[in-house]
Amino acid sequence: MRTFIGIDLGSTTTKAVLMDETRTVLGRGITNSRSNYDVAARVSKQEAKISARFTLFNQALGTKGGSDRLLADLERNFRLEQFLSELKQLEETCDIYLDNPRFTDMKTSLKEALSTVFRRIEGEAAGIYAPGADRKSDFFRDIAGSRFMNIAETVAKEAKISFDAMLNIYDKSIIDIESLVSSDEVVSLQLLNGLTRALKEVSGVEVSETDAQNALRKILDIELEETYVVGTGYGRVRLPFPKEHIRSEILCHGMGAHMMFPGTRTVLDIGGQDTKGIQIDENGIVANFQMNDRCAAGCGRYLGYIADEMKIGLHELGPIAMKATKATKINSTCTVFAGAELRDRLALGESRADILAGLHRAIMLRAMSILSRSGGVNDQFTFTGGVAKNESAVNELRKLIKENYGDITINISDESIYTGALGGASFAHRAVN
Amino acid sequence: MSAQDLVNPKEVIKSHSQEVQKEMITRNYDKITSGTVKVSSTFVPGNLNELLMCFDIANNLPEINAIQNAMRKKTGEMIMEAERSGHSEDVCTYVKADIGMMAKGNIAPNGKPFPDPDVLLLSYTGCFTFLKWFELLREQYKCPTVMLHVPYAADGAPTKNMRDYIVKQLKEDVIPTLEKISGIKFDIDRLRGYLRKSAAAENDLVWMLEQSKRKPSPIDCYFGGVYYMGPIFTAFRGTDEAIEYYKLLRAEIEERIKLGLCAQTPDGDMPEEKYRLVVEGPPNWTNFREFWQMFYEFGAVVVASSYTKVGGVYDYDNFRHDADHPLETLADYCLGVYTNRNLPTRVDMLARNIKEYEADGLLINSIKSCNSFSAGQLVMMREVEKLTGKPGAFIETDLVDPRYFSAANVKNRLESYFQMIDQKRRAGGSATMAA
Repeated sequence: MRTFIGIDLGSTTTKAVLMDETRTVLGRGITNSRSNYDVAARVSKQEAKISARFTLFNQALGTKGGSDRLLADLERNFRLEQFLSELKQLEETCDIYLDNPRFTDMKTSLKEALSTVFRRIEGEAAGIYAPGADRKSDFFRDIAGSRFMNIAETVAKEAKISFDAMLNIYDKSIIDIESLVSSDEVVSLQLLNGLTRALKEVSGVEVSETDAQNALRKILDIELEETYVVGTGYGRVRLPFPKEHIRSEILCHGMGAHMMFPGTRTVLDIGGQDTKGIQIDENGIVANFQMNDRCAAGCGRYLGYIADEMKIGLHELGPIAMKATKATKINSTCTVFAGAELRDRLALGESRADILAGLHRAIMLRAMSILSRSGGVNDQFTFTGGVAKNESAVNELRKLIKENYGDITINISDESIYTGALGGASFAHRAVN
Repeated sequence: MSAQDLVNPKEVIKSHSQEVQKEMITRNYDKITSGTVKVSSTFVPGNLNELLMCFDIANNLPEINAIQNAMRKKTGEMIMEAERSGHSEDVCTYVKADIGMMAKGNIAPNGKPFPDPDVLLLSYTGCFTFLKWFELLREQYKCPTVMLHVPYAADGAPTKNMRDYIVKQLKEDVIPTLEKISGIKFDIDRLRGYLRKSAAAENDLVWMLEQSKRKPSPIDCYFGGVYYMGPIFTAFRGTDEAIEYYKLLRAEIEERIKLGLCAQTPDGDMPEEKYRLVVEGPPNWTNFREFWQMFYEFGAVVVASSYTKVGGVYDYDNFRHDADHPLETLADYCLGVYTNRNLPTRVDMLARNIKEYEADGLLINSIKSCNSFSAGQLVMMREVEKLTGKPGAFIETDLVDPRYFSAANVKNRLESYFQMIDQKRRAGGSATMAA
């Protein structure tokens, strides 16, 4: 079948959206961006295709009883299969690095220790992907990395070998693993294995095992032809396709927001390193835009920096700030100075929640300035980008919009991180239709 | 520009007129640094070159020095030198480049030391920083300073009172001071002679400006324009050399028109003209070629720009130096400078340019450290959009501070703008097909 793909290469993550001829989104894929954009583009595209196959499988199962559960179980088990095969590749790569002359003296003990670590991670894998298990990230690097750190430290102590050496081997190997993109054949196999596992676990499904397997096989046989691919985002010039396949992310975010919420006239996108205020017309065409220039204060990275300063996770910032009783006034618009101001306020005894609420407000004040320079906030208003997932940021934004522009419909999609890629996919569709 | 180009820059393709212009600038620096002539420092906008020539005084323009140094990648260090001596980050970077250049031995672009000026002629038009700048120089050189106060044309058009006020200052203050410094008696007929020559060159200059109404435009009137404006805005207005230069330029452009060529760039002629823009604001000088490349690699040509009116405005209200009213015409020239015009007039000029030159829209290059240009630019953009129905866009750079040129950011915005124009064309919007 003909498909149209948009790829958004961001500074933090790379996203892909795949749509069919009727402009229906079939799949979305995301991966952490690496220095190698080609790989990030290929991985996200493969992930979008996988997600498209899930959608098609879902359609094939129809409304038969328990198919929702079967699909959820399939996805979980597929991710487990994927994790185990990447883990295996990681171990093999680590083994190759063991041949480095600097490890000659301790090769045997290192190999043994690494093997212990990998067996233990393998043992934990089923638990990581158990129903209802909470994963802070879905990226292999994050999951495998945190387990490796924990387990290797203990193993190194037990075996009295250098933890640093193990870490060094891991660091080198993970980069190689991240450059691998699974082939369609491998993905098909993982999906079929995942289905076998899922069918064993799930009960009360009206679809027979054979029917389910046949349906999945049929879907795996469908060729997802890449009819047109459009790239956007900061790494767009590095994308492995010709110039006419590249669109600016400002246009893609405008179009993506229009696709999600057709009534959109103003878009605010806060990504990792930039903030964009975009005005669009009734067709999703950009009429005006403004963005931050030399300074990235107030962008996603600002929150990352603050989280590091406070020694908490990025995803914890919003929930903590929501507990604030007031927003501490943070004057500094500079990320580094805001860090200093934060330490100062903490020393003065102000609560973490209040300070964080103030920081979120400071970010949104900057965003409001960019918005007003782009032509203000018009009804409807759509907020996109990674920061749209932060409830405190959204909360402050709502207040500021109400104060400055009155009652405006504010749209935030759960899929907002895919806005740029969605716009890209629409442009891909438009290019040949 | 690829990384390879940065390491091994390709040979820049220059026209004969560009070579000639370069020689003229070098000659002027040789004259200034020769030690045999009196030297005045004075600013580009509304400068009184013809009057200085009446006293055999050479014309040294500090903004041009800063530009020359920026294009030679020297201003970064100069600016930091000025900051070390206490000038803040927000001060005009032309000023800091100048102060830094003095601190580093005051070496002219020709490699010879600048002599101390004999006079600072502050004909201050549309930029209040000029005043402070020369205060600093006066402190340094302890030389006579003569100020010509040019009233801001706040209501759009200069008034008779303003003109009379300038003429009075010329008669009572400027001319007597220059006579004293040079030891030469003022001869109004000598001034008339120079003004006649100015007008002759100005006719060809305006002809040149208007050729970019053609499709394709044979010239770029912003990046290319700064070369073409050089002689008229600096030490050559009123000379035979300027007349010759503009004749040569005219012949070159006529040839380009005959051959149907698109605008010339440092990498050769543009193969295709896809976008026609009007640009407001000065260019960035530290990354001039890289900046220009961001336009021509997308097929964008600038058909009109306000920066090419910064020394004096000739096309908007058809000003020419008038030998029959020598002092009055100098006053009119000063009053008419682009940054001395109020915002509605600037909006009208830009909107008229977009219509008459059939441009796709207005691009503003907003300069971080130049308030006389930048104040009000966003409002201007919205007004021009309303008047023309064409989309505007906004980028931000600086004059000569290399720290304020963010290539990725500028390129991102430019690409978005070009694609926005494409989208509007496809949607049957207001943008017109240029090529």
